[in-house]
Amino acid sequence: MPMPSEHPVGRVSDLLSPEPVLSMQGIWKSFPGVVALQDVSFELRRGEVHVLLGENGAGKSTLMKILSGAYRKDSGAVWLWGREVDIKSPGDAQRLGISIIYQELNLVPHLTVAENIVLGREPKLAPGIIDQKKLFSLAQSQLDLLGVALDARAVVRTLTVAQQQMVEVAKALSVQSKILIMDEPTSAITEREIGELFRIMQRLKEDGVSIVFISHRLDEIFQIGDRVTVLLDGKNVGTRSMKAVAKGELVRLMVNRELKEQFPKKTATIGEEALRVDHLSRGGVLKDISFSLRRGEVLGIAGLLGSGRTDLARALFGLDPIDSGSVTVEGRLTNIDSPQKAIACGMGFLTEDRKTQGLVLKLSVKENIVLPSMEKVCRAGIINREKERRVAGEFIEDLKIKTPSADQKVLYLSGGNQQKVIVSKWLCTEARVLIFDEPTRGIDVGAKVEIYQLMNRLTADGAAILLISSELPEILGMSDRILVMHEGRITGEFSATDATQEKILQCALGIHN
Amino acid sequence: MNSIAAYGRSFGTLLGLALLCLLLWTLTPHFLTVSNLINVLQQTSIIAIVAVGMTFVIITAGIDLSVGSVIALSGVVLGSVLATGVPPLIAGAIALATGFLCGLANGLLISYGRLPAFIATLGMMSLARGLALMYTDGRPISGFSDTFRLVSTGEVLTVPFPVILMGIVYVTAHFVLKRTKLGRYTYAIGGNEEAVVLSGVNVRLYKTAVYGLCGMLCGVAAILLTARLNSAQPTAGIMYELDAIAATVIGGTSLMGGEGTIFGTLVGALLIGVLRNGLNLLGVSSFIQQIAIGSVIIIAVFVDMMLKKRSR
Repeated sequence: MPMPSEHPVGRVSDLLSPEPVLSMQGIWKSFPGVVALQDVSFELRRGEVHVLLGENGAGKSTLMKILSGAYRKDSGAVWLWGREVDIKSPGDAQRLGISIIYQELNLVPHLTVAENIVLGREPKLAPGIIDQKKLFSLAQSQLDLLGVALDARAVVRTLTVAQQQMVEVAKALSVQSKILIMDEPTSAITEREIGELFRIMQRLKEDGVSIVFISHRLDEIFQIGDRVTVLLDGKNVGTRSMKAVAKGELVRLMVNRELKEQFPKKTATIGEEALRVDHLSRGGVLKDISFSLRRGEVLGIAGLLGSGRTDLARALFGLDPIDSGSVTVEGRLTNIDSPQKAIACGMGFLTEDRKTQGLVLKLSVKENIVLPSMEKVCRAGIINREKERRVAGEFIEDLKIKTPSADQKVLYLSGGNQQKVIVSKWLCTEARVLIFDEPTRGIDVGAKVEIYQLMNRLTADGAAILLISSELPEILGMSDRILVMHEGRITGEFSATDATQEKILQCALGIHN
Repeated sequence: MNSIAAYGRSFGTLLGLALLCLLLWTLTPHFLTVSNLINVLQQTSIIAIVAVGMTFVIITAGIDLSVGSVIALSGVVLGSVLATGVPPLIAGAIALATGFLCGLANGLLISYGRLPAFIATLGMMSLARGLALMYTDGRPISGFSDTFRLVSTGEVLTVPFPVILMGIVYVTAHFVLKRTKLGRYTYAIGGNEEAVVLSGVNVRLYKTAVYGLCGMLCGVAAILLTARLNSAQPTAGIMYELDAIAATVIGGTSLMGGEGTIFGTLVGALLIGVLRNGLNLLGVSSFIQQIAIGSVIIIAVFVDMMLKKRSR
């Protein structure tokens, strides 16, 4: 097996695979407003399972999308079998023997397994006429080769997620892929199915296929991985041999950043209990959640994608029904089953996606601000335009929303100002319990600080804020108290002074010490 | 500034309408006579009123394919009630109620039954037509009192009553859309339904109300049509849905919802009306008229899309 490998592979005498199959060097990639990858290098050897690890937004998916042709790199080089290649499209990647299996599988549900496997490369009897017999035998032999007990004639829709994954693997290998990228393949399948997947991965390795494996599950990656590369904020912060690394070190690498960002956090006077949640459960996504939130307090909720953070917010706001448990708002036991009720109870919800959920982009700033509180500016269903303008104008001035006028469509505002419009919406309803889900996602640094200052002001006025964020520095910098979620449960609670990125990440990954 | 942008599209159509009028004037001097222009308005009034309801529905990102059939059903109910000697005012109210109930059924199926608007109203299109045919056994109900016929024949200062009614409907609809809660929610739902739900608005209620409104305006159209023809026909209003949708989209309302104006729809309806009238005056066959109107729809929407693309 490979030796310690922080060093370039060439320097290590490795009889199995002296040369990397793939070498990505100095990859840079920017999106408007954010540098996603900074000088990232990554190597893959023949027949290895190379784990890619990192927080949400660390750059794992971006790197793999560059490799599979979905994105184009800004600069850097990709070498395959010692030859520099230019991957311009997913088609290029496929021709070069690179296949990617996304978390959301890309199969046609109403076609059979066989039809999916050979999609686009159907054997033909004559131009335009498919050789059905050959199609099924081709696909079946591919499945048998993998050792997968699946009928090529089964309709994909009727298969389990794990079986569909196998179809994806078979499809990838039927085009002679030598490099297979698997993006969180184990997140939606059972323990037993994971075992099956690993058995097949082992087999592929023996056939010389190299696999990039993206997963958050530390136990798993120790089972299947040969090496691991950790990304942090778009940089490669270390490549290790799986055998020579401990969980603790990986966690440290994942969050080993200096907290240089300044958070203008001001602690407000903590008052009465504003929100109390007892034993709240919903389906498989929320399990026995209990916590309380006081006036003037910012309660941070950390957790990886799919940990149930947003599900919690949606349940509290009456968007998803709950199975059991109770919610008490400002001392009154409530039964919130619709956003109307939530708003009537004094709650406001700043959703994670402001464009699809928070705003009506085609309406003006003014119209968006008063949307949840129309009765304030209406009499007998008729809008008092004078009053509407005045109310909206107050918030525009107060929150310093940069807009040429109250009549400007929100579509044309910057992200930070759009976010302020949404905050105004909830201030207009006089909400006292605010759920902020990723309040600073996709907005620039200056606007972030303004949002943080706004949070200070709100808590100083006695509002209670539930802050959900994927950015650990933000959670640490702005919360008075922090809850960590993992697979629908609360797995940790810290005061702002006790919490560290490492402790939070351990809970978020479900590592119990 | 913003409102000019919003109306820009309608002004574009208005310009098209003006150019069309100019062209027809040079081709046939009879076009620009007061009597012909009033004639155009009168002919357009029914479709124009239906198009108002359609505009509300389309702004919510919905569609109503049942308007023609609902007009027929409301019409035959009106005719049968009038034939029994019920006073016109009460009979008219019953016609409005019939249209409203059909629209309400559409709205409930769409909002609470979660059916796509296309499917629900396609079903209603066939259902209402069938009811109208069954109710009358396929035969028209004809010959009404002069009092009722005044709806069509009456005029104030040479302006025919249907044109006045159209004016009232348009002014009211403009006010409702721009100045009331219902109007605001109509735009907001079409713009981003999820955001409106999250803002605590009872979206289902308002969507249902919009379809109900559209149905009620079909009732208004049914009264005008029955009075004009002096006959309630179960086969009336066939293809009206297409003219109403055409007037709406030519007037700048996006089928994607969230934008559109009542003024634009008026211009769109007039454009179709003037085109039809002009082609008639020129003796162009009705077959070619269909080709012309179809082309106008395609060109208007195509130009609109191009302009929007460029402004982005």
